[in-house]
Amino acid sequence: MDTFLGRYKNLIVLAAILFAQIIALAMQVRRPTAEGETRLIRVWATAAVTPFEEAIVHTQKWAHDKWNGYIYLRHVDQENQQLRAEIDRMKLEQARLNEDATMARRIQTLLAFKEQYVESTVAAQVIGTSGSEQSRVLYIDKGSSDGIKADMAVITPTGIVGKIVQVFPGSSQVLPINDQLSGVGAALKALRLQGILKGAANGTTTLQYIMSDEPVKLGEEVITSGGDRIFPKGLPIGTVASVEPGKDLFLNIRVIPSARLDRLEEVLVVTKIQEKLPDATDLGPIRASDILSERLPGVPATQAVDAAGNAAGTASGATNPAQPNGPAGAAGAKPGAATTPNPVNPAASSAKPGAAAAPNTTKPAPTQTTKPANGSTTDATTTKPVRKPSLTVTPDASKPKPAIPPPAGANPQ
Amino acid sequence: MSTRSMPFRGSFTSREQVSVYEFSWLATILIPLVAIFIQAFLPTKIRWLPIIDLPMMVVIFFAVARRNPISGCVTGAIIGLMQDVLGGPAHPIGMYGITDTIIGYLASSLGVKIDIDNPGSRFLIVYGFFVIHQALYYGVGHGLLRQALQWSWSHVAISALANAVVGVLVFNLLDRFKQR
Repeated sequence: MDTFLGRYKNLIVLAAILFAQIIALAMQVRRPTAEGETRLIRVWATAAVTPFEEAIVHTQKWAHDKWNGYIYLRHVDQENQQLRAEIDRMKLEQARLNEDATMARRIQTLLAFKEQYVESTVAAQVIGTSGSEQSRVLYIDKGSSDGIKADMAVITPTGIVGKIVQVFPGSSQVLPINDQLSGVGAALKALRLQGILKGAANGTTTLQYIMSDEPVKLGEEVITSGGDRIFPKGLPIGTVASVEPGKDLFLNIRVIPSARLDRLEEVLVVTKIQEKLPDATDLGPIRASDILSERLPGVPATQAVDAAGNAAGTASGATNPAQPNGPAGAAGAKPGAATTPNPVNPAASSAKPGAAAAPNTTKPAPTQTTKPANGSTTDATTTKPVRKPSLTVTPDASKPKPAIPPPAGANPQ
Repeated sequence: MSTRSMPFRGSFTSREQVSVYEFSWLATILIPLVAIFIQAFLPTKIRWLPIIDLPMMVVIFFAVARRNPISGCVTGAIIGLMQDVLGGPAHPIGMYGITDTIIGYLASSLGVKIDIDNPGSRFLIVYGFFVIHQALYYGVGHGLLRQALQWSWSHVAISALANAVVGVLVFNLLDRFKQR
């Protein structure tokens, strides 16, 4: 017996160690941890490793901030000018989008449509990985002490990243969307088709369960559908990179994530999502005429001038034939008050040429002008000439303009 | 000077005896920890780094330097399990443990028989053991756990090449910690 043990000692030790580990594997498969529970050994290992990772990452960030903030200031002025031009351009776009959002909120309110809002987020830094090709989990420097819980969504401004799977006191483990265990409720933005975005062992992401007869195009945007109850609806996921016929009548759609999953530094953990009706209190009273006026065609500037001239000349509040429920507005009058002629004192509603007012709307059309960096002015009323009947009298208001006119002299980038 | 020698039992080398190296307890603890730390931390900065398996190289290095199969098994098991605990939900504890245990055993058994002190043999050893490592990992994941792992010969071959090149450099660095 001693001879046998001595002769096969190495193999016996190898078999014993392997046997113990296989038993441990079997136990983990047989009895997985409960939801949100973490194995103690993982807690210990993470507690041992993450402080060093945090120290390096934070030191590196401190040095980077100091270098870029105080020393390396080359091209900063040029960059500032570009950013100012970008802000001016975005202000114009925002004015246009505000109108769309207002309209959408009204419709949602009418339909009692509940909307999901990202109410609060926690910024976190990526401090580590699993170090394995097969497991793509990430570690962030925020944990249960910062209010992080399992199944919270992790996003960046460019797109979603993944979800929290394990939470430790000072750090958390994130399962990115390209991990083989990941699944996200997704939808094609243009086609409004819903599917499931799955990760693969090689790090690719595919949108599954889209029927093969659907005309999915390359480059189409993929957004979250909200069906997984983790990610709020409408967050960007990525774009379609390839479409191939898959098995069982479904397409195999490969998606390139918008977020740079392989070069993440800072992420946002969505700690609170609120589902509520859109707040309609700031929209003012909604009248049938408001909705009707939204559907009416725009008023040509020449007619507006005529109407204004008539109003000024006759002081009779003559109505515009193209807009039966809204005569030319009066300058200086409050929005809504000038939409109907004053029967008592019609002269009070007289309009001056060049003045502007929105007929029958609770919110006047934007008439303010913005001044880009180069000093030229751009008329904000031209951001949406069709949907909103604008009575602004400007020399070139009759000419069609692009929806978002770039500021003159602005850098197109 | 803690150099020991063991009788040569194979025929793959011209030397009659092969040296058995030892390491200080500090190096024995810190080298695996640093390798695992680098493996976990640097992929946040260098995106291709996960194809390099530093802990596996450390297992091979200790195993072939000590030339003791039991020591190789234990070293492989410990380093592999430490790698496992940093893995995600797709990575039950024991996958790397089993893989590195076998690698440690094989490397130490091979180290008894051949000379691994020159760069050429080190290159071949790391290349070969990386392929075996990937195959064992695939076998454990696919065979025992029914995971949807993908096997790509081209990917394994290129990764093994990268690991072999890095392995030669890492072995040269770790040679400084050998006690003769």
